[in-house]
Amino acid sequence: MSFHPKMAYGATFHKSSRTLTDPGEPFAYTPEHRARFDTVVTRYPPDRRRSAVLPALYLVQRQQGYVTANAMRHVAGLLGITAAEVEDVVSYYSMFYTKPVGTFVLSVCRTLSCALNGAERVTEEICGKLGIAPGETDASGTFTLLEVECLGACDRAPVVMVNDAWHERLQPADAARLLDDLRVRGEAAVSGCHHVVEDRRS
Amino acid sequence: MEPILTKHVREPNSFTLDFYLRHEGYEGLKNALGMTPDQVIEAVKASGLRGRGGAGFPTGMKWQFVDKKSPNPKYIACNADESEPGTFKDHLLMERNPHLLIEGCAIACYAIGAKVAYVYIRGEFFHVQHILERAIDEAYQRGFIGRNILGSGFDCDIYVHRGAGAYEAGEETALLESLEGKRAQPRNKPPFPAVVGLYNCPTAVNNVETLANIPLIVRNGAEWYAALGPEKNGGPKLYCVSGHVKRPGVYEASMHVTLRELIEGRAGGVPEGRTLKAVIPGGSSVPILLPAQLDTPASFDGVQQAGSLLGSAGIIVLDDTTCMVWLAENLLHFYRHESCGKCTPCREGTDWLYKILRKIERGDGQMRDLDLLSGISANIAGKTLCAFGDAAVTPVLTTLKHFGHEYEAHIREGRCTLPAGWRARHPAGAH
Repeated sequence: MSFHPKMAYGATFHKSSRTLTDPGEPFAYTPEHRARFDTVVTRYPPDRRRSAVLPALYLVQRQQGYVTANAMRHVAGLLGITAAEVEDVVSYYSMFYTKPVGTFVLSVCRTLSCALNGAERVTEEICGKLGIAPGETDASGTFTLLEVECLGACDRAPVVMVNDAWHERLQPADAARLLDDLRVRGEAAVSGCHHVVEDRRS
Repeated sequence: MEPILTKHVREPNSFTLDFYLRHEGYEGLKNALGMTPDQVIEAVKASGLRGRGGAGFPTGMKWQFVDKKSPNPKYIACNADESEPGTFKDHLLMERNPHLLIEGCAIACYAIGAKVAYVYIRGEFFHVQHILERAIDEAYQRGFIGRNILGSGFDCDIYVHRGAGAYEAGEETALLESLEGKRAQPRNKPPFPAVVGLYNCPTAVNNVETLANIPLIVRNGAEWYAALGPEKNGGPKLYCVSGHVKRPGVYEASMHVTLRELIEGRAGGVPEGRTLKAVIPGGSSVPILLPAQLDTPASFDGVQQAGSLLGSAGIIVLDDTTCMVWLAENLLHFYRHESCGKCTPCREGTDWLYKILRKIERGDGQMRDLDLLSGISANIAGKTLCAFGDAAVTPVLTTLKHFGHEYEAHIREGRCTLPAGWRARHPAGAH
């Protein structure tokens, strides 16, 4: 609630206000992910296992697509910290999902340099084509659309991330075609990230 | 000046160890191991290298502050979180020249007496992380990092640590918090990381481009390095030019270069038929410069004398189709989202600023909102633990100062007075 006489606090947008309701299925790493976890944790001093919480959560997300309360408990047990401490981290970082997402998560950069080059129009095209708003997943469960802040490739604006891969210089007029391409060819449809793109253009 | 850091980035396989070794790779490390750690620090100090992450603090001095007498281990934390809007130079270096960074990390570890360096890379740079990790594996196999490096008895491990989408992790103490497995929120300073850093141990936090300059200094000497640029602004510099220009990209130059040369020369100027309106010279957190100031030298000191900051050298070019109220709204959306939430003025204030800007941009503003914007900004700047608060209010204050008439026109006419074709046709609600 707001204690200010005129200005309501933002109750919905802030990362600190996200709540976790989904306990999800019982969770344990697959042997492959467990082995990966055991390797990663050796990078940090033995009494500082907590440092591995971000890589541990990425492994959870690779295994089941998003992070559930049960997964947080599993990670907490392996790191020797509390589930609340894991949730504290999950709720802060924007790259961890606490709800199921589509096969392709489209993260459109909306910050200045991309916006100056038409990112708002890209988002509109995708919304129109899929009939969803940013933050939503389409009915088929194929696409989740997110608007994200600066991705650090402003010279190749507008930039869209498709899961962990990059697609650069996506013009609004080509956005619908990219979606069709993704359905057919999967992540092979994205341009990837390479600085030779700018040479190709000129 | 011939490019040095980016000389080979367009050549195929520039990221491999074999390629790097053919171009004087790891010669700097060999030189460094023949010197004492203090001699390396002295060389970096003499070179005048200033941190490339944004603050421009002398790197040699930062290293000298590291508490060498401490019984605790020392650490190098490389800041590869590159998230300042308009900045993408470290991205290029890591993608196309990763061994330069690895060599820089190893020399830095040797200089301050660290055995471990963590490269904190932003979560979105997943593909870059793969390139970097492959390069690190190669360097281990050939003995440039690991145990008893090149027979010197010096040990050094380098690990990549992937962040997960938090601008604030680029602040040095927030980066250390994140490395420790917590929320990326800043610590109170002092103590500075050089005394109490990662795991409460002495730590030097350096930007990617800063560390990439270290091998050059050790290889070619401090005098050579300092002579590349103006006094106190030595060495090569990477500039990121984006926004309304014909050829956006990373351009390397000495700091003698002017903004005009970078924007109109290298980047080709604004698109045909448009005119330059304003320039943000150092990432979204710095004050705007006007077209009349284009002959400013793009050095730390030059840009500061012109009333702005070189920051991370992210030059964002704005042409005459850009509405400045929209620009402030766009950037405050960013800062509102990225505020870590630790300090109340910033956490709440950025949300208030965003809402007021949005109201004005949509044509529902009132004249008294302009005073409100200034008042809220004054209550954020200088009242937070880290520089984020000051950064967040800069887009508001700088647009109000130079383009106050655009705000007034929005309020008077009850609409956006400059709705460009590249913007959304149906502006959405806040989300």
